Amino acid sequence: MLGFQLLNGLTFAALLFVVASGFTLVFGLLRIVNLAHGALYLLGGYVAYEVGGRSGSFAAGVVAAMVAVALAGLALDRGLLRFVKGQDLRQVLLTVGVGLVLNDLFLVIWGGDAFTVPTPEALQGAAVVMGVFYPKYRLFVLLAGVAIFVLLWLVMNRTRYGALIRAGVDDAEMLSATGVDQGRLFVITFMLGSALAGLGGAMGGAFLSLYPGADAEILVFSLAVVIIGGRGSLEGAAIGALLIGLLNTFGQVWFPELSYFVVFGPMALLLAFRPYGLFGRAA
Amino acid sequence: MLSVRGLHAGYGEAQVLHGVSLEITRGAVHALLGRNGMGKSTLVRAMMGLSTPRITAGDVMLGETRLNGMAPHRIARAGVALVPQGRRLFASLTVGEHLTILKPASARHGWTVARVFEAFPRLAQRKSHRGNQLSGGERQMLAVGRALMADPSFILMDEPSEGLAPVMVQALEGVVALLRDEGLGVLLVEQNLYSALAVADRVSVLEGGQIVHSAPIAESPAETLTRFLGVH
Ligand SMILES: Nc1ncnc2c1ncn2[C@@H]1O[C@H](COP(=O)(O)OP(=O)(O)O)[C@@H](O)[C@H]1O
Ligand SMILES: [Mg+2]
Repeated sequence: MLGFQLLNGLTFAALLFVVASGFTLVFGLLRIVNLAHGALYLLGGYVAYEVGGRSGSFAAGVVAAMVAVALAGLALDRGLLRFVKGQDLRQVLLTVGVGLVLNDLFLVIWGGDAFTVPTPEALQGAAVVMGVFYPKYRLFVLLAGVAIFVLLWLVMNRTRYGALIRAGVDDAEMLSATGVDQGRLFVITFMLGSALAGLGGAMGGAFLSLYPGADAEILVFSLAVVIIGGRGSLEGAAIGALLIGLLNTFGQVWFPELSYFVVFGPMALLLAFRPYGLFGRAA
Repeated sequence: MLSVRGLHAGYGEAQVLHGVSLEITRGAVHALLGRNGMGKSTLVRAMMGLSTPRITAGDVMLGETRLNGMAPHRIARAGVALVPQGRRLFASLTVGEHLTILKPASARHGWTVARVFEAFPRLAQRKSHRGNQLSGGERQMLAVGRALMADPSFILMDEPSEGLAPVMVQALEGVVALLRDEGLGVLLVEQNLYSALAVADRVSVLEGGQIVHSAPIAESPAETLTRFLGVH
C-alpha cells in the first residue's frame, strides 16, 4: 500500500513539475504571475483529447496541445499583456480574466462532462514495480517528468538561451543595459512556458480527467510549487513538486479531512524561514 | 563625443539633477566627483536610459544621435556601456557566461572572450566560477569585461573602486588607463579623490545636482577638489 501511494505521489509530482516549470519560467523572467496558466493546462488537455482521439495517435495529441497552447500564449502575451507591461496588478487581473473567459469557452465547446485523453495501447494496463501492480501510463508520466526536467536543465544550464533567461531572472535591468534586447527572449519564454502548460494538460488529461474547474486545482498546486521552490528556479520547481505531490497524496490518505492543510501548512512554515522559497532570491 | 546638455532628472516629485552638462571625449578619462547622494548614479542611470530616474529636460547626445528616450539595449548597442555601482553581476551566471550573453563565444569581431581574458588573466582562470565565488577585484574586472563585450566607444564606470583593497584600486587605475589607450571615452565616477586623479584628464564635481567645477586635471588642484568634497 505504501509503495502504491508513494508512486501516486511521485507521478502526481512529475505532472506538477511539468506544469509548474512553465509557470516559474514566466514568473521568473517576465515577472508575470500568469493565473491563466491553469486554463492553458486545460486547453492543452482538451486539444490532446480532440486531436489524440481523432487521429488515434497520443503523440500527435501531445504535440498539437503544445503547439496550440504555445500559440495561445503568444496571443495572450502580444495581444493583451503587452499593453499592461510593468503594471503588476493589472497583469495579474488580466490573466485572471483570460482564465475565466477561457473556462467559459471550454464550457461552451466541451460542456460540463469529464473527458480523459485516450492513451496508446502500449501504455494501458499495469506493470509490477516495487512489488505493486501499478498503471503503466502513470509510470510513463513519471519517466516523462524526469526526462523533461533533464531536458529543461540542459537548456537552462548548457545553452546561451538558458544563460540569458537566468541573467534576466537575476537582473533584467542590467541585462538590457548590457545590450540584450529582451523583447524576443520574453516572447519565446512565454511561449515555452505555455507549451509546458499544454504538455501538462495532455499528460495529466490522460489520468486526471478534464472538466470545468480542473484548471483551478492544478493552478493552486502550481502556485504552491513555485512559492516553495522560488521564483524562476527549475530545481526549486522540481523539489517543490516532489514535496507537494507527496504531501498531497499522503495527506489525502492519512489525514483526509486535513489534506489542504497538509499541503499548505508546510508551505507557510517554509515561507516564514525562507520568504523567497528554497532557491529564490530577492528581486 | 558623448555629451550631456542641461539635464534635469529625478524620481517622481524629487528632482535630483538640475541642469547638468558634461562632455566625454574618446581616448580620455573624465572623472566625476561628488559626495554621497549628490546625484552621480542618477546621472549615470539617466545616460544609460534606465527606467529610473525620469529625464524631465535636457539631452544626452552621442555624436548627432539623441540617446534620451532610447531603450537601454539600444543605447548599449549605440556604443555606451555601463559598469554599475555595486557591479551587479548576474548571480547565477559563470564568468564565461557573463561574457557570452551578448554575442556567442564564436564571435570574432571587436572584443572577444579571448581578448577580455588577455586583458584580465585572472578571469580566465575563473572561467567556470560564479560571480559570488570571485574576489572583489575579480568581480570588478568581470563587470568591466561584460561591459566591453558590447564594443562600446564610451564606458560609464560608477564608483568602481568602492569596496576594493588599495592594491586592487591601483590595478583598477591600470584598467582605466588601458580602456583610454584603447580609444574609449571613460566617465569615471568616484568618491575616492586620489584614485580618480591618478588617471583623469578632466575633473568635474557634482554637488546638489549641479556641476560646480569642471576643468582639465592641470587646473584642478587637489586642494580645490577636497574643499568641494568636504574632505579634511
Ligand atoms: N530610486 C530612487 N528613488 C528615489 N530617490 C532616489 C532613488 N535613487 C536615488 N535617489 C535619491 O537621489 C539622490 C541622488 O542619489 P544618487 O544619484 O544615488 O547619488 P550618488 O550616486 O551621488 O551617491 C539621493 O538623494 C537619493 O536619495
Ligand atoms: Mg552612487
